[in-house]
Amino acid sequence: MKRDYLLLLTLTVTILLLPPLLPGDYYVEVLLFAGINVLVALGLSLLTGYAGQISLGHAGFYGMGAYISGALTAHLGWPVPLAAITALLATAFVAALVGWPTLRLKGHYLAMATLGLGIILYILFVQLRGITGGASGLSGIRPVHLGDLYFDTPRRYCYLVWSIVVLAFLFSINLVHSRTGMALRALHYSEVAASTLGIDVAMYKLKVFVLSAVFAALGGILYAHYITFISPETFGFMYSVDLVVMIVLGGMHSIWGALLGGTFLSLLPEALHRLEDLEVMVHGLILLLVLIFLPKGFVGLIEKVGEKIHGAP
Amino acid sequence: MVLLEAQEVTKSFGGVKALNGVDVTLQEGTITALIGPNGSGKTTFFNILTGVLPMDAGRVIFLGQDIGKWPAHRRAALGIARTFQNLQIFQEMTVLENVMIGGFRHTHSGFFGGGFGLPRARREMEQLRDRALELLERMGLAPYQGALAGNLPFGLQRKVEIARALSSRPRLLLLDEPAAGLTTKETLSIARFIQGLKEEGITVFLVEHDMDLVMGISEWVIVLNFGKKIYEGTPLAVKRERSVIKAYLGERGAQG
Repeated sequence: MKRDYLLLLTLTVTILLLPPLLPGDYYVEVLLFAGINVLVALGLSLLTGYAGQISLGHAGFYGMGAYISGALTAHLGWPVPLAAITALLATAFVAALVGWPTLRLKGHYLAMATLGLGIILYILFVQLRGITGGASGLSGIRPVHLGDLYFDTPRRYCYLVWSIVVLAFLFSINLVHSRTGMALRALHYSEVAASTLGIDVAMYKLKVFVLSAVFAALGGILYAHYITFISPETFGFMYSVDLVVMIVLGGMHSIWGALLGGTFLSLLPEALHRLEDLEVMVHGLILLLVLIFLPKGFVGLIEKVGEKIHGAP
Repeated sequence: MVLLEAQEVTKSFGGVKALNGVDVTLQEGTITALIGPNGSGKTTFFNILTGVLPMDAGRVIFLGQDIGKWPAHRRAALGIARTFQNLQIFQEMTVLENVMIGGFRHTHSGFFGGGFGLPRARREMEQLRDRALELLERMGLAPYQGALAGNLPFGLQRKVEIARALSSRPRLLLLDEPAAGLTTKETLSIARFIQGLKEEGITVFLVEHDMDLVMGISEWVIVLNFGKKIYEGTPLAVKRERSVIKAYLGERGAQG
């Protein structure tokens, strides 16, 4: 637990120092988008890594956050904070509505339900032209400001995003080390035993699912108000898959997996850009190699190295 | 005083009647054993009492409340704890964490309190830890507190499960074959331990195949065969009862 807070402090300092050291705005922007991915992946890691539930529709929640908050500011001129809170509440409501019946069942029904939900939401993003702008996208989304402080440069916005990421990590660290976090891990290993200890398994699964959907929506909100123009393909099934890949690569058993996997998968396309046609192939190959040789992801590798240095645990 | 009363409990799996109108009464502060040949419905009965399985018909009354349709977690909240024949340990959690989470029903903070690190949530964790450490010490598990529960040898995992159940400070403890797979020495120590629980006022209901253990510690023995209660009585009476011997050994065994 102490170690987690130390890691968080290290992350905070790194993020404070990093943007000025980067060679240009482009790289700051890459870091900014990495932060958004990490935030969404963190929510998924609480759901999958801790409670053992799989969602294949988180891109839909990400999109709900972006579209609801974006549309409320673009069409109705709502202030960003109010639009953002509305988007978070609406996403939580939809997640609860879908999670309620499915999470009462044993087995991977949530994966199926969220897969369907993700597709339905994507279709809505495309078809609700009056609100979302359809396939050609939604423009005119308001930028974020706090009084006179406008988060209109990549560097400022990058700090905003990563501040939220740090707070989300703080919340998650507290949570996983609390009784609630222990209960989530317990039901992951044995739902029967967890229930005979007094844990309302269905309710806990539902709550962590809603929480992870809210994290995703928050990521979407941050995305929309930075880019100020959004179109449906950002929120398609591929992003849901990317998120799962992030937490698997990073290591699902730890919330830090979301940080490493999310950052890695955000930077990989930048590193592989110059390969042009070969990019997709090399991308796939790297993922494959990591999964084969690091079954517990990057965090697992670091833990192993740590054990080697400190001797057997 | 009657702690738990099960009436006419019936359960079928497909066409097979696993339990057929079973009545059981548990007196508070006693040790009662449930015995019977393999497949006689003992574990099914435990699963029904704890709410792990729904029953087809019958009633389960705990301290005057009909809990027969309650979900497992609500029954646990009343103070019914159990262990499992095929261990249901939280393998990737440490021994300490396994026992800490056993005390779940006495704590109340949720996602909000936990995530924001509110004082109550932290205090509750301290309470769970103190209580768990005390139990680990008492059960000789303290040296293993930091080990992943799944890495322990079988006998110790059984003990961890019992510690986890006790951590909930139950009124009724159901032990499903607590001595299975244990050495003679370990069995003896379990027997002493169960008797100690009785002295603390915990009512114990156990399924067990080790007859020496059953006869040695229980005050009342209930015998199931093919889902029906065929006899109940003191250990001494059960040993002499013809129908019980027949159930275990067949017709010729009973004659001889």
